[in-house]
Amino acid sequence: MATFLLHRLALALPTLFFVSVLVFGLQQLLPGDAALALAGEERDPAVVAFLRHKYHLDEPLPVRYVLWLKGVLAGDLGESIRIKRPVRDLILEKLPVTAELAVLAILIALSIGLPMGILAAVKNDSAVDYAATMTALWGRSIPNFWLGILLILLFSVEWGLLPASGFVSPAESLSRNLATLIMPAFVLGNALAAVLMRHTRSAMLEVLSADYVRTARAKGLSEAQVVLHHALRNALVPVITLGALEFGELLSGAVLTEQVFTIPGFGKLIVDAVFNRDYAVVQGVVLCTALAFILLNLVADFAYALVNPRLRG
Amino acid sequence: MINRETLIAACLFGSTLIAGAAAAQTLRIGLAEDPDVLDPTLSRTFVSGVVRTALCDKLFDIGLELEIVPQLATEWAWTDDKKGLVINLRPGVKFHDGEPFDAAAVKYSIERHLKTPGSTRKSDISAISGIEIIDDHTAKLVLSAPFAPLLAQLAGPAGTIISPKAAQAAGENFGSHPVCAGPFKFVERVAQDRIVVERFADYWDKDKIKLDRIVYLPVPDSTVRLANLQSGGLDFTQVAATDIDTVRHDPHLRLAAVNGIGYSGITINVVNGERSKSPLGRDARVRQALELSIDREALNQVVFNGENQPGNQWVSPTNPYYVKELPIPAREIAKAKALLAAAAVPNPVITMTATNNPVVLQTAQVIQAMAKESGFDIRIQATEFASALQLAAKGDFEAFMLGWTGRIDPDGNIYNLVTCNSPFNDGHYCNTEVDRELNAARAVDARVERLAHYRIVAQHILQDLPIIYLYHAKWLYAASAKLSGFTPYPDGLIRPQGLRLE
Repeated sequence: MATFLLHRLALALPTLFFVSVLVFGLQQLLPGDAALALAGEERDPAVVAFLRHKYHLDEPLPVRYVLWLKGVLAGDLGESIRIKRPVRDLILEKLPVTAELAVLAILIALSIGLPMGILAAVKNDSAVDYAATMTALWGRSIPNFWLGILLILLFSVEWGLLPASGFVSPAESLSRNLATLIMPAFVLGNALAAVLMRHTRSAMLEVLSADYVRTARAKGLSEAQVVLHHALRNALVPVITLGALEFGELLSGAVLTEQVFTIPGFGKLIVDAVFNRDYAVVQGVVLCTALAFILLNLVADFAYALVNPRLRG
Repeated sequence: MINRETLIAACLFGSTLIAGAAAAQTLRIGLAEDPDVLDPTLSRTFVSGVVRTALCDKLFDIGLELEIVPQLATEWAWTDDKKGLVINLRPGVKFHDGEPFDAAAVKYSIERHLKTPGSTRKSDISAISGIEIIDDHTAKLVLSAPFAPLLAQLAGPAGTIISPKAAQAAGENFGSHPVCAGPFKFVERVAQDRIVVERFADYWDKDKIKLDRIVYLPVPDSTVRLANLQSGGLDFTQVAATDIDTVRHDPHLRLAAVNGIGYSGITINVVNGERSKSPLGRDARVRQALELSIDREALNQVVFNGENQPGNQWVSPTNPYYVKELPIPAREIAKAKALLAAAAVPNPVITMTATNNPVVLQTAQVIQAMAKESGFDIRIQATEFASALQLAAKGDFEAFMLGWTGRIDPDGNIYNLVTCNSPFNDGHYCNTEVDRELNAARAVDARVERLAHYRIVAQHILQDLPIIYLYHAKWLYAASAKLSGFTPYPDGLIRPQGLRLE
């Protein structure tokens, strides 16, 4: 197992390198630069030139990449040109917010998607199945930002039950923290639940028609035991893969949702950074996200082994 | 149904606690974006200025009619040759760190604005060649040449005085914990989330400060900002013209508005590179035809519900420096067609660049439709903001829908935008007579004399039309009915003096 882990981690390094080169290169294709974006309407040439020099924007691309890489290897991700704070601090500040939102969203998604998927498979081709499929279609097709604004109008403006936007840290007040996160987590979880439901349903349908399930039934086991104990475990493998990938996506920042609910997480950080051409921030966030994806894939591999002993090799 | 029940239960739980946690004298102000660095020497954004208004007093401020009023200064006098400004400073003023405010602090702050690498204030006050300390409470600014807009510049960010001790200790990081002499002191900042300031007990004008704390919350989406105001998550915010009806019909909200000092217009590339060779760039008659095609009042009604001020000069028609002899021209399609015929381009094809903001694009579309009647074929090119800035600087545009946030002194709305070789003159317009008159207007102090020079400038600009001015936006604010004492100022900054939550 240790060899497997080391092997996977070693593979991660070239991936991270490739991602960082790609993002660094792609950013440079954007017209405009941080110095101009920062200068805004008063583009004093002296100030623009100073900023370009200070942040090495006047150096050739490979030189800038090497400078950045040197910093990263020394644990320095650079500085935000706009608010003059170390990127590392910004990431450490935003990561817990996004992680909490992602965990809540995935919990909501699982608690809706899994039972609905199982139910739809067990009651295949019944009214329950159609209702679940319709709900999933609704969840997937409704745009996040629109659902977000509708929820704000209903729960905040109309009923005054929840804060419309913003974030309170759990250290300050856990209840207010949950009150600020419940709507964005629901918006994200709702869309994700639909995908999980569809995958659970199809995986379950496949497994439920397998021979060993027929054997289990023939042994006289109750339907609940057959479904939950025998069928679900096998059906979960593709669902876990999907869940891990979707969780990684959530960690990379739910751009629109964070924007609508003004949640100061990764999504808002990266959107603002792209618009302001705050390259160091974009680069730092992407690196961090890529790392999260790689780690989550590893976690998914371990999870397969847990739910399906045949994969423990 | 599980999800709905869970959600409602969670909501009920959350709301009980939110209600209990509301603080009485904390004002929550919604900002349209997260401010950049809060250092007065380096900051760029308007929203940063909004926060700094609570933190930092300036030597001067403006009144409701844009007149200059003393703030940290008490009196001032120009020397006879107009190359020296003697400023008497307010005694008994303290910075947030307890240090005294004096002439040495003024010298330090102004020199910092002038000498810090990357200072965005330097160009505002580059006329200052030295600062003399006459005594503890008197400073003299020495100018290289007379510069009438100086007082107005010192009523802006360049007049911000900071604590020298704190600034020296913090060095480059001063912006992450600014120490000034304003009514509130800095408490904390969480990037993209909030900036918190609290009342400064030793403020020189503390009787006017009723609030204990102000929390600035950046909420970029205007719909969400308004929703926050309606649900009580914010007490005060700037609103879009399109949201005014909602505010007016909500009994819990109050609307405040004031004419702004900026303008919106179409900048035309007249000689900056290849793209200036469009029909618009080549011939002033085509530009005049475009102007005559536009009904500015209709534009204001259609896009802004009639809330803004139509205009045809760099200052609004209600500004004392507006040249009244040259009013907004009426729409005249026949005359526009005649001008196009005379220029031998009856159907000019023009690409107009516009930032991809819904209001700017709508304005561009209305102009496109209006100009079509005269024979113009305008193609709108929507561009994201940072890219637009680069296109403008490079001269990669024919016509550009651009705004200017505005300066207190009329010089700030025109000089750097039309004089030959100046940094923000994107179309590279150059008219030596305009330059001469604008320089002359800088050297005289009396309004009548300056207006005489601006009259000549306006005659040239409205003939040559390097910029077709369209309208002057109003500052629109919505506040909770619990908030009283708010006075909107033409510079759009939110002054905390007098604000009170009932």
